[in-house]
Amino acid sequence: MKNKTTFSAADVHHIAQLANIPVTEAEEKKLETELGFIIDLVNQLQEVDTTGVEPTHQVTGQINVFREDEVDEERMLVQEEALRNAKNTHDGYFVVDAIFEEE
Amino acid sequence: MNNYVPIIGLEIHVELKTKSKMFCGCKNDPFHAPKPNMYTCPVCLGLPGALPVANKKAIEWTIKLGLALGCEIPLFSKFDRKNYFYPDLPKGYQISQYDQPLAVNGFLVIPSVVEESNLSVSGVRDPSTRRFTPSVGMTNKKRIRITRVHLEEDTGKLLHATVQGKKISLIDFNRSGVPLVEIVTEPDIHSSEEAKAFLKKLHQIVRYLDISDAEMEKGSMRLEPNISVSGRRLAVSGKRIELPNYKVEVKNINSFNFVKKAIDFEVNRHIELLDRGETPIQETRGWDEKKGVTYSQRIKEEAHDYRYFPDPDLPPMRWEKSQITNLKSQIPELPDEKIIRFVNTYQLPEVDAIRLTENKELADYFEKCIKYQVSSIKKNEVSAKDTANWLLNKKIHIVKISPEELIKQIAQAKRKVTVDPGLLQQVLQEVLLQNSKAVADYKAGKTGVLMFLVGQCMKELKGKADAQEICAKLEETLKT
Amino acid sequence: MLLDKTIAELAKGLRNKEFTSVDLIEECYQTINQVNPKINAFITLIKKPDVLKIALQRDAQRTSSSSPLHGLPFILKDTYNTKGILTSAASHVLNGHISQYNATVYQKLLDAGAILIGKMNMDAWGHGATNENTDYKPVKNPYDTSRVAGGSSGGNAAAIAARMAVFGIGEDTGGSIRNPASWNNITGLKVTYGRVSRYGCIAYASSFDTVGPMGKTVEDCALVLETIAGKDPYDATNSPHPVPPYFEELLNISSKDTVIGLPKECFSEGLDLEIKKSTEVAAKELESLGFRIKEISMPMLTYGLAVYYLIAPSETSSNLGRYDGIRYGLGREYFTPETRRRIMVGTYALSAGYYDAYYKKAQQGRTLFIKEYEKAFTQCDVLLMPVTPHPPTRLGKAVDDPMQNLLIDVYTVTQNPVGVPSLALPCGFTATGLPIGMQLVGKMFTESLLFQVGHAYQQVTDWHKRKPNLIEAA
Repeated sequence: MKNKTTFSAADVHHIAQLANIPVTEAEEKKLETELGFIIDLVNQLQEVDTTGVEPTHQVTGQINVFREDEVDEERMLVQEEALRNAKNTHDGYFVVDAIFEEE
Repeated sequence: MNNYVPIIGLEIHVELKTKSKMFCGCKNDPFHAPKPNMYTCPVCLGLPGALPVANKKAIEWTIKLGLALGCEIPLFSKFDRKNYFYPDLPKGYQISQYDQPLAVNGFLVIPSVVEESNLSVSGVRDPSTRRFTPSVGMTNKKRIRITRVHLEEDTGKLLHATVQGKKISLIDFNRSGVPLVEIVTEPDIHSSEEAKAFLKKLHQIVRYLDISDAEMEKGSMRLEPNISVSGRRLAVSGKRIELPNYKVEVKNINSFNFVKKAIDFEVNRHIELLDRGETPIQETRGWDEKKGVTYSQRIKEEAHDYRYFPDPDLPPMRWEKSQITNLKSQIPELPDEKIIRFVNTYQLPEVDAIRLTENKELADYFEKCIKYQVSSIKKNEVSAKDTANWLLNKKIHIVKISPEELIKQIAQAKRKVTVDPGLLQQVLQEVLLQNSKAVADYKAGKTGVLMFLVGQCMKELKGKADAQEICAKLEETLKT
Repeated sequence: MLLDKTIAELAKGLRNKEFTSVDLIEECYQTINQVNPKINAFITLIKKPDVLKIALQRDAQRTSSSSPLHGLPFILKDTYNTKGILTSAASHVLNGHISQYNATVYQKLLDAGAILIGKMNMDAWGHGATNENTDYKPVKNPYDTSRVAGGSSGGNAAAIAARMAVFGIGEDTGGSIRNPASWNNITGLKVTYGRVSRYGCIAYASSFDTVGPMGKTVEDCALVLETIAGKDPYDATNSPHPVPPYFEELLNISSKDTVIGLPKECFSEGLDLEIKKSTEVAAKELESLGFRIKEISMPMLTYGLAVYYLIAPSETSSNLGRYDGIRYGLGREYFTPETRRRIMVGTYALSAGYYDAYYKKAQQGRTLFIKEYEKAFTQCDVLLMPVTPHPPTRLGKAVDDPMQNLLIDVYTVTQNPVGVPSLALPCGFTATGLPIGMQLVGKMFTESLLFQVGHAYQQVTDWHKRKPNLIEAA
């Protein structure tokens, strides 16, 4: 199957960066066509006239679903439990390699 | 220099002091948490499968703030996801509001002091209190337009440390999911003083509404000015100014004074560049409070593309007009109305009214005093102005002294100074006669005995007199 | 086998002490030990002694008012959080992720006294229709182990078909319950959006995701839904709509007043002829029961895949943002190629400059879908459609051709954007012995009607009673 839509290496690289997905150059190459396939498929929708049609973001039909401002002790995790699945912790904190202090 | 007009907009984040977090029932008290990561749950830790449910009170408070800032409350609003990656953002997106915030198109009137396009400030500064008081009369008021007020969730907190020689970042999610209101102004501000006046007023309103501690030191109120300088002369105030094609955002500022300093620093920096024919770079800068300078923060390589879309986990919000009216009715009297009422009802000078209403606690205390005056015999003895003077000029500890106690003190003090002049003269003469040695000493140059004589007089008058007045009178008598 | 019995029969037998929960567990584990190595349905099998301990307790606790699910062994797709047990979504990204809390649906089943025996293989994050997009090796079809079980809830379907558990909870975003149900000759329900709480269910596409029952019969699904449906304060999209007594209402239907519509677009080009024939025969069967059959037209259905493959990846690109390896699991480099593609397509569809042309356009298309279904339901009460365009594929085929994987969902992706419920049930076999399923689609919150029609069908057919030779041989 030959796709109409193709992505450039730069496109794939940019999308991967936005999506925070590490990809190798070889993978990038493959994705250029693979993403094109999917976009070809969805491009079918461009035939449909949607002028003036309101988008639907969810189908619950509900509005104003809120919770009261109450502390839910039962669901809170003690520190040890909160940190339980983390690879790296220190003194009750989650740990990551030093990141640039943006703020 | 006068050819330049600073163009300043403000973005302010305020953490709401609800009991629980924005989208889960975790305790909202990150600043006082004894340990990191102890106020968390599957929702605010971003565990797989957890879902948000919005805190009703936080939404109501945001609407109230919007109303207090003269905003329109659109009858439809929703939450959106703002997607980006950062270790303090547990879900990979922040629940925020994009194109349909809870409140829009508001304004805040500030007592502006800046006439035209200049950086200098004309206003009244009380040297003793170092308090800036605008040229009173609210004559030169200025309207700062508010673009929007929206509600979002705070992120976790990052700390930086070196452990065993390795540089690491530590993450605490106690703050993750705390309700955070963002207020964005139009770039209507043209001086650092105006910016400060705006922020002070906003802070005051937030405190009046009792929705946040709004403490900058703790980070529960965060200030981000964006600054640019227009080369065009602002001919007539009110005329549209051409906006420059860049702006610089300054982050990391934790006091009103630093905002002012940072703005001044930036404006001067921009003007220097503009004078040289250069255009300042659009960037985010940090504020170094020790050096009093701003510094360039690394410009993120990839452009921000937050891929906002409506959060499918949260049904939208739709209001009946009556709900908004009801919230409006719950808003307490705000400073501007209070000032007018204080002036009209208590015949106070506007300066006093402004200062008394600076915080709600003081204004309430003042009114409690008045109430007590009215209901007690002290009515005629102590006027509203007397009370205002005491509250404003003496350091009254309004938590320690009850309004009743204060009124009694004022009344007593007033009685002291209203000693019958005849009686005073009589006592004075008697004391001088009975203490001839002291009088002689004084005349020989030992002026220190004067206080002894004052004490004797006070004793005779049973303390019901003004010592200063006696002192003056004694000196006068002794000289002759 | 005890496991051939329906839930109602099992509940009665347990109550009358004809057999015990311990007996059921023993039988399940015997089958699992013999058959699972051939089909690879489980990611986590709970240790038998632990399960037996619970079964003993259940046997001791049983009273006449116990839930019909009390003491019954069940399974969960490995997308549901189960405190203290691995929840992997079949992805290495969640290696070592021991759940820190319980999904609402799991908690409700525990409260009813049901016994969890395993967490099932699936397409990672729900991304797939063949159960080959898994880091735990594909699930094989018990009817033909050279073929796939379908996905994404493939482990559930294969295990129920092979009598390893009484019922299971699947998750359906675009066919993930119905597709494997059809390919494994079991019954599965995609509920109305919001009918069952999603809290604790790992999100694929939040506005499409539904939590639903999978079992041998319509009747079983009705009993399970009664237990798991209902309001949950932890899910804001969950419906306050009252939960009817589905099981009791199974026979409350007047077939002559019920019109079943067949959208002609679903029976044209692209549909396997044997599936087409079986579905049409099923329609005849329903007609003979008194239901009125009517051909209708739903041209919008053609655009189902386009709408689905824009919205679902968009939402998944955001939902999977939390997997950064800091608080749990491993890093983002562990996502499979299929999952990467979906995340990247979604990222692209939401990105600056493309939002209107893709994401927004798809949400507008979704509105048109809703209208299309509304229109259809003015002409009939229930829609009858095929579930998949062809029988289960050979292992490896969909992996070699990623597009193939996407196209399998063609008949099941149009219900999720609309939110309507859909019941998939067995309606025949191919000449080579592969199961065929059909789906009954109704208006929002008409699960009861779907159960009634499906139950009426299962009263006069026995497709659902057949089971794979694999276990006969075992």
